[in-house]
Amino acid sequence: MSYSKPKFEEKYGNFINGKFAAPVGGEYFENSSPIDNSLIAKYARSQKEDVNNAVAAANAAKDAWGKTSAAERAALLNKVADIIEANLEEFALVETCDNGKAIRETLNADIPLSIDHWRYFAAVIRAEEGSATELDVNTLSMNIKEPLGVVAQIIPWNFPLLMLSWKLPPALAAGNCVILKPAEQTPSTATLLMEKIADVFPPGVINIIHGFGPEAGKPLASHSGVNKVAFTGETTTGQLIMQYASKNLNPVTMELGGKSPNIFFNSVMDEDDAFLDKAIEGAVLFAFNQGEVCTCPSRILVQEEIYDKFMEKVVARTKAINQTNPYDINCMMGAQASNDQYEKILSYIKIGKEEGAKVLAGGDVCKLEGELANGYYIQPTILEGHNKMRVFQEEIFGPVVAVTKFKDEAEALEIANDTLYGLGAGVWTRDAHQLYQIPRAIKAGRVWVNCYHAYPAHAPFGGYKKSGFGRENHLMMMNHYRQTKNMLISYDKNKLGFF
Amino acid sequence: MKYERVAITDEAIKIVEELKAKYGELIFHQSGGCCDGSAPMLFEKEDMYLDDSDILLGQLVGVNYYMNQDQFEYWKHTHLTVDVTEGRGSSFSLEIPLGVRFIIHSRILTEKENKVLNNL
Repeated sequence: MSYSKPKFEEKYGNFINGKFAAPVGGEYFENSSPIDNSLIAKYARSQKEDVNNAVAAANAAKDAWGKTSAAERAALLNKVADIIEANLEEFALVETCDNGKAIRETLNADIPLSIDHWRYFAAVIRAEEGSATELDVNTLSMNIKEPLGVVAQIIPWNFPLLMLSWKLPPALAAGNCVILKPAEQTPSTATLLMEKIADVFPPGVINIIHGFGPEAGKPLASHSGVNKVAFTGETTTGQLIMQYASKNLNPVTMELGGKSPNIFFNSVMDEDDAFLDKAIEGAVLFAFNQGEVCTCPSRILVQEEIYDKFMEKVVARTKAINQTNPYDINCMMGAQASNDQYEKILSYIKIGKEEGAKVLAGGDVCKLEGELANGYYIQPTILEGHNKMRVFQEEIFGPVVAVTKFKDEAEALEIANDTLYGLGAGVWTRDAHQLYQIPRAIKAGRVWVNCYHAYPAHAPFGGYKKSGFGRENHLMMMNHYRQTKNMLISYDKNKLGFF
Repeated sequence: MKYERVAITDEAIKIVEELKAKYGELIFHQSGGCCDGSAPMLFEKEDMYLDDSDILLGQLVGVNYYMNQDQFEYWKHTHLTVDVTEGRGSSFSLEIPLGVRFIIHSRILTEKENKVLNNL
């Protein structure tokens, strides 16, 4: 079964104060599909004035929204989930068109997970309670969670609707109003969502601003009318956003990527069974979403006794990846999101080869025919080398994995932790002791044990080291969007006696 | 002979000059991490706070090229050439509204370069 490119309007504005608004300067930018480089539509090229309007709308809405009951907010979040679910196929198709990823992923991962995140945060705010402690017989300390007010969120292009759904629901559930800026490569599903849910929230609660980083992102991140900035992206922009936030003394959360090790111990091959099959798939998950995942398992570490046999299976499984039209349900890996991304990945494959890495699979562009010849396709690539090579140290953000072998647990950990980043890691073993001890010794915020690339809404996700700080998903995410009001109440009628 | 860690292509020079005329003094900072990471970012000189942890790799058409010390440790055996390609990176880098994106091409330093630049 194959789908085809969905229909779009000629151009789309921002979503400010409950309705679509043309950009103040009247300028738009063209957004094209990486599948075939064809035009999708034009989107607002916002400037500072548009950001000001969105921030003003959010500030005007925040008091009333912050006072809504948890029950009201939960009902609205659930409504959004229901609307996305009722239009799942349409969202999946638009996402595939805009980002280039295979339709089987958007139908089965991106959109269903997005729906679940809205439902999760609708649920937790109903179950959650504040706290009260009797400090002594006459003194009560009461902790009440209050929203921060207005939150700015800047999200990436690799999972456009899912990243929106990681960021918006907890901020809204906590009682904040939001200005969200989608990446300029992928503005489409955020726009589609606003079309579908335009009337769900009071005006000003959700505002979407499109445009370029230097023109719209920077004024948003540095705006004094914003109380918090949440960012997912790379390190230099992360540092800049923290600088701007420091001027406003605003809290920030940062999710800045990784170079995640995926470690396979000897015992993985003790049996030729379903678990071995799962482990091989676990290694090949580097190609999931064309490798454009912050937690891409982009370093495979295999214990030396099983190295040859295990990698033989991984290479065979990688070569079986079907690269075809991303709208085709049988397509297993789609297009890279943009031309500059495509060029960057190729430059990494080149430096990898130059540094002496051996190409075990792929290593080149993938030429598809017809209109797809204009798209950005790269073969899933396995490079064998050592951990000091740049392809082992830098986030390529493409379907390129670097593989090496290790002797024992100590060497596995040494290699795993020899990286600037600490976002994700995978550990695969049948040994009960390794199952616990190895993950504990890895300096990363999420360690998948005998699995990989699972992102349930109720498991916290975030980085160690230069991968950033703060957590997403899970109830604990709410606390990044709130502050604590402590009410210290005395029931004692008597004075202190000092004056 | 003078050895350099960074170079720039003629196409990229044109873009840098265009942006210099518009914004004044600029710097390059090499990013790392996800999405648009591992790409050079071009900012106004005063925009980014720099300190001793930012290594100056060289100067390209009057624009200093910096990289964080931690990252430099993993990159210092390679030579970088700034180029420009059609594209739409999302970051605060100043060339993005022009519909182009800086990228780098890398090569391994020669033995002689390594000796001079890295004291190896």
